[in-house]
Amino acid sequence: MLRAAATLGPSLGRRLLSAAATQAVPAPNQQPEIFYNKIFIDNEWHDAVSKKTFPTVNPATGEVICQVAEGDKALETLDNGKPYVISYLVDLDMVLKCLRYYAGWADKYHGKTIPIDGDFFSYTRHEPVGVCGQIIPWNFPLLMQAWKLGPALATGNVVVMKVAEQTPLTALYVANLIKEAGFPPGVVNIVPGFGPTAGAAVASHEDVDKVAFTGSTEIGRLIQVAAGSSNLKRVTLELGGKSPNIIMSDADMDWAVEQAHFALFFNQGQCCCAGSRTFVQEDVYNEFVERSVARAKSRVVGNPFDSKTEQGPQVDETQFKKILGYINSGKQEGAKLLCGGGPAADRGYYIQPTVFGDVQDGMTIAKEEIFGPVMQILKFKTIEEVVGRANNSSYGLAAAVFTKDLDKANYLSQALQAGTVWVNCYDVFGAQSPFGGYKMSGSGRELGEYGLQAYTEVKTVTVKIPQKNS
Amino acid sequence: MLSSGKPDIPAPLTNLKIQYTKIFINNEWHSSVSGKKFPVLNPATEEIICHVEEGDKEDVDKAVKAARQAFQIGSPWRTMDASERARLLFKLADLIERDRLLLATMEAMNAGKIFSNAYLMDVSACIRALQYCAGWADKIQGLTIPADGNIFTYTRHEPIGVCGQIIPWNFPLIMLIGKIAPALSCGNTVVVKPAEQTPLTALHVASLIKEAGFPPGVVNIVPGYGPTAGAAISSHMDVDKVAFTGSTEVGKIIKEAAGKSNLKRVTLELGGKSPCIVFADADLDSAVEHAHQGVFFHQGQCCVAASRLYVEESIYDEFVRRSVERAKKYVLGNPLTGGVNQGPQIDKEQHDKILDLIESGKKEGAKLECGGGPWGNKGYFVQPTVFSNVRDDMRIAKEEIFGPVQQIMKFKSLDDVIKRANNTHYGLAAGIFTTDLNKAITVSSALQAGTVWVNCYLMGSSQSPFGGFKMSGNGREMGEYGLYEYTEVKTVKMKISQKNS
Repeated sequence: MLRAAATLGPSLGRRLLSAAATQAVPAPNQQPEIFYNKIFIDNEWHDAVSKKTFPTVNPATGEVICQVAEGDKALETLDNGKPYVISYLVDLDMVLKCLRYYAGWADKYHGKTIPIDGDFFSYTRHEPVGVCGQIIPWNFPLLMQAWKLGPALATGNVVVMKVAEQTPLTALYVANLIKEAGFPPGVVNIVPGFGPTAGAAVASHEDVDKVAFTGSTEIGRLIQVAAGSSNLKRVTLELGGKSPNIIMSDADMDWAVEQAHFALFFNQGQCCCAGSRTFVQEDVYNEFVERSVARAKSRVVGNPFDSKTEQGPQVDETQFKKILGYINSGKQEGAKLLCGGGPAADRGYYIQPTVFGDVQDGMTIAKEEIFGPVMQILKFKTIEEVVGRANNSSYGLAAAVFTKDLDKANYLSQALQAGTVWVNCYDVFGAQSPFGGYKMSGSGRELGEYGLQAYTEVKTVTVKIPQKNS
Repeated sequence: MLSSGKPDIPAPLTNLKIQYTKIFINNEWHSSVSGKKFPVLNPATEEIICHVEEGDKEDVDKAVKAARQAFQIGSPWRTMDASERARLLFKLADLIERDRLLLATMEAMNAGKIFSNAYLMDVSACIRALQYCAGWADKIQGLTIPADGNIFTYTRHEPIGVCGQIIPWNFPLIMLIGKIAPALSCGNTVVVKPAEQTPLTALHVASLIKEAGFPPGVVNIVPGYGPTAGAAISSHMDVDKVAFTGSTEVGKIIKEAAGKSNLKRVTLELGGKSPCIVFADADLDSAVEHAHQGVFFHQGQCCVAASRLYVEESIYDEFVRRSVERAKKYVLGNPLTGGVNQGPQIDKEQHDKILDLIESGKKEGAKLECGGGPWGNKGYFVQPTVFSNVRDDMRIAKEEIFGPVQQIMKFKSLDDVIKRANNTHYGLAAGIFTTDLNKAITVSSALQAGTVWVNCYLMGSSQSPFGGFKMSGNGREMGEYGLYEYTEVKTVKMKISQKNS
C-alpha cells in the first residue's frame, strides 16, 4: 500500500523494485489476452447499441491495444502505463483492502431509535440511495473502481459505472469477477465510453438517484450543473488539487526530501492529491532544492513492465501535450528550470522528471494542476506566512507538514484548508480514513465510515403508541 | 426444529479421533502442572470419550503470563494492523468451515447435541460471528472532541488487556466463538476456560487458531473445573476482565471474586425464566410452534428458554392441547443417529435436578399433561414434559429447570400479565405473540428483558446485542454494543498554542 511504500525510507523506489527482483512479485505477462472489452449490463456482455467501438491505447508505445465497445446514451500497466511492480504491490493491495473493509460495514451501518417528544416510537432506517451513477478516472483505474463499488454495494445500492475511456480494461475484467462472485444481475453495470456522451448521460439521467465523480474540477462543475438541471440527484465529487507540502526548517531533511519527491512524482505525477507546491522554509531551502534535484535526476524512467522502472509514461497524448505546455509556461514566466524540462523518449508519452526552483505564487505552474512529473519548489519565511499562501487556492484536497515540533504540527493541521493533512508523511491512505476535498477540490468524503453517508438515504419512521416510556 | 438425517448433509464421522486433549498456551500444548487429567463423557452413552489435562491455578498462571506477554506494547499483536486482526479472524472462520464435519460430530457427541443442528446451525453461527466481529476490527473508532480550552482532545479505544473467559457446556462452540471473536477484534488477549463437560471442540479450535496464524499467547485455553481453574481466573490479580456465561449462582461468585481481587471488569450472561405471552389475537399455530421451540430446543438447555408460557384465557385450552400434541413428536436417542430429534441432558447432575423439579411440579399440583420422567436405560435422557394449570408460586414457575419441561399458565388482563412476567429476579428474554401493533409496542416496552421477541423466538444474530436485565446478567454481547465491553477508553489531552474549531 502507499503507506507501506512510504515507510521504506530514502531509497523507497529502489526498495520496492528490489522486492520485485526477488520472488515477492511474479513476472508480468506483458501481452495479456483481453477477454472483456464490451459493455457489462445485468451480468451479461453487450455490444454498444450504436455498434461503435473505440480504441484503447498503450501509452508506453502509442499503439492500440484493442477496440472496446463504446457505450453511448444507449453505457493497468498496459492500459494506464504505471510501473507493473507498483500496480501489483500497491494498487492491488489497496483494492483488496478497500473491498474487505467495506464488506465489514455491510451489516453494521445502524440507524437509530430516537427519544422523540410525545407518545411516539421513532427510528431511522439507513436505506440505500438507489441507482448510483459512478464516473471514474484513469489514474488509478482499479483502485478508483474499488473506492466507488465498496461503499455503494455495502449499503445496498445498485451501480451504473462509466469507466475512463483511456483505461477501461481492468474495470471490465472486474465486471466478470462480479458475475463470478455471485452478485445478482443488474447490481453492477459497467459502461465504457466517453465523458461528453456516456458520462453526461449518467449525470443528467432522470432515473439515476445519485452521481459520484472523480476527475477534474472543470468536469465536476458540469456534473453538478447537470444534476441540478435534471432530477436533483445527489452529488459527490473528488476533483483536482494543488496541494501544499510544507517543509519546516526542523524537519528531518533526508526523510522530507524523499517524501516530497514521492508526493509529487508518484504515479507519474498523476495524483489528485500530488504535493505540487513544495514550500520550503528559507533556512533549509538551498539544501532541500539541491537534494531534490539530485533525486529527480536519479529517477528511472522507462518501460513500465521493467522491474527497475520508477516512472512510466503519462496516460495519453492529451495529457502529454498539456504537461509540456505547463513546463514551457514555467520557463517563460521565469521559474528556474533545475532538471528535466521535456520529453524523455521518442515513442510513447514519457516526460523527464522536472524540477522548478524559485517558483512564485503567481506563476501558472504554482496555481494550476499540472498532473505530471513537474515539481515546484517555493521559499517561505514564517509559519503564519506559509499558512496564508498554502490556503490561497480554490483547491483544498490535501496538504502536508514536515516538522519535529508538536506545536507547529498541531497549528498547521488545524489551519490548513485541506481534506487530508499529512504530518511527516505523504500519500498515506487507508480504507479506514475518509478522503475528500475542501472548496473546489470536491464535496463529500470517500472511505471510512464517513464514506457510507453519501450512499445512504435516511428514512425516519415515527409510530404512534399508546404511551411512551423511557 | 430440524430433524436429523436431512438428505443434504453428510453423515457424522465414525471413529472420530480426538487429537487435542492438552492445555493450549502460547500456541503450544502443555500437560497440567499437577499431572492430573479428567474424563470427558458422551452424555448419550455415559461412556468416557477421552481424558483431558486438568488445568488448575498454576496452569492459569502460566496462561495469564503468556497472555500478558502477548499484550505488551510493541508486541506483534499490539503493533498489528487492525485490518490484519480482521484477516486472521476471517481465516479462522474459513478453517472452521473446512473442519465443519469434524467439529459438528465432536460437538454432537460431547454435548449431546442433535448432529444436524450442530452441523447446520452451531458451526454456521460460529462462522458468521467470526466474520461479523472481523468486520469491526478496523472500525473501532475513538473520537476527537471539542473540549473547552486550548487543548487537542481525542480518545483511543484500546483493548482492555488480558481477558478471562469462562464458557458453558450448552453451546460449547458458539459460546467460545462468541467470547473470543469480539475480544480479539478489539485487540485483547484471552485465557479461556471451557466447561469441564465439553472441552473438546474448544481444543480443536485452539489448533485452528495456531494454524490461522494468531501470534503465540493471544489465545490460551485451559480446560478444568470451575472451583479451581475458573476461580483462579476470576480472582487473578493480573487478569483485567472476566466474562462468564453460566448459572446466576456462579455468576455471583465471580462478581464477588472480581471485587475482592483487582476490581477486574465483569460481564455476565446468566440464567433466565423467560416469559412468553400469547394473546388471543395471535396466530395460534405459529405461537404454539415458536413457544414450543423456545422451551424444548436443545433439550431445554438454553438460557433464554421460554419456561413460563402465559396464554390468554380464551385460547388457553386449545393452546395447551396443541402444545401437548407437539411435545409428543420426539424421537429420543443418540444424537448422532439419523431420525433422532431429542438428545440427552448434559450430565447426571442436570438430569437429577430436572427430575427433582418435575416431581415438585406434580407435588405442588400442576397438571402433568405428558412426559414427567426419565427415558431409556442409559444416557441422561428426560421425556419431553408439559405442565398446565401452573401457578406462579410453584417451583417450576420460579426456578430455572434447564430441561425439556414446559409450564403453561393462564392470564386475563394485559396489565396483570406484564406484572406477572416481570415478577422475577431474572430478565434475560421474553416473547410476545400478537397481531396488534399497540400491544406489540406497549408490551415490548414494558417487559424487563434484554431481548424481546415479537411473533418469533430464539432468533439470534451477531448484529444484535444480547444480555440480561437484573440477575440474568451484566453487559451485552455481540452487535456494536458488545465491543464496549472489550474496550478501555483513554482520553488524550494535548496542550496546543491556540484552539480553532
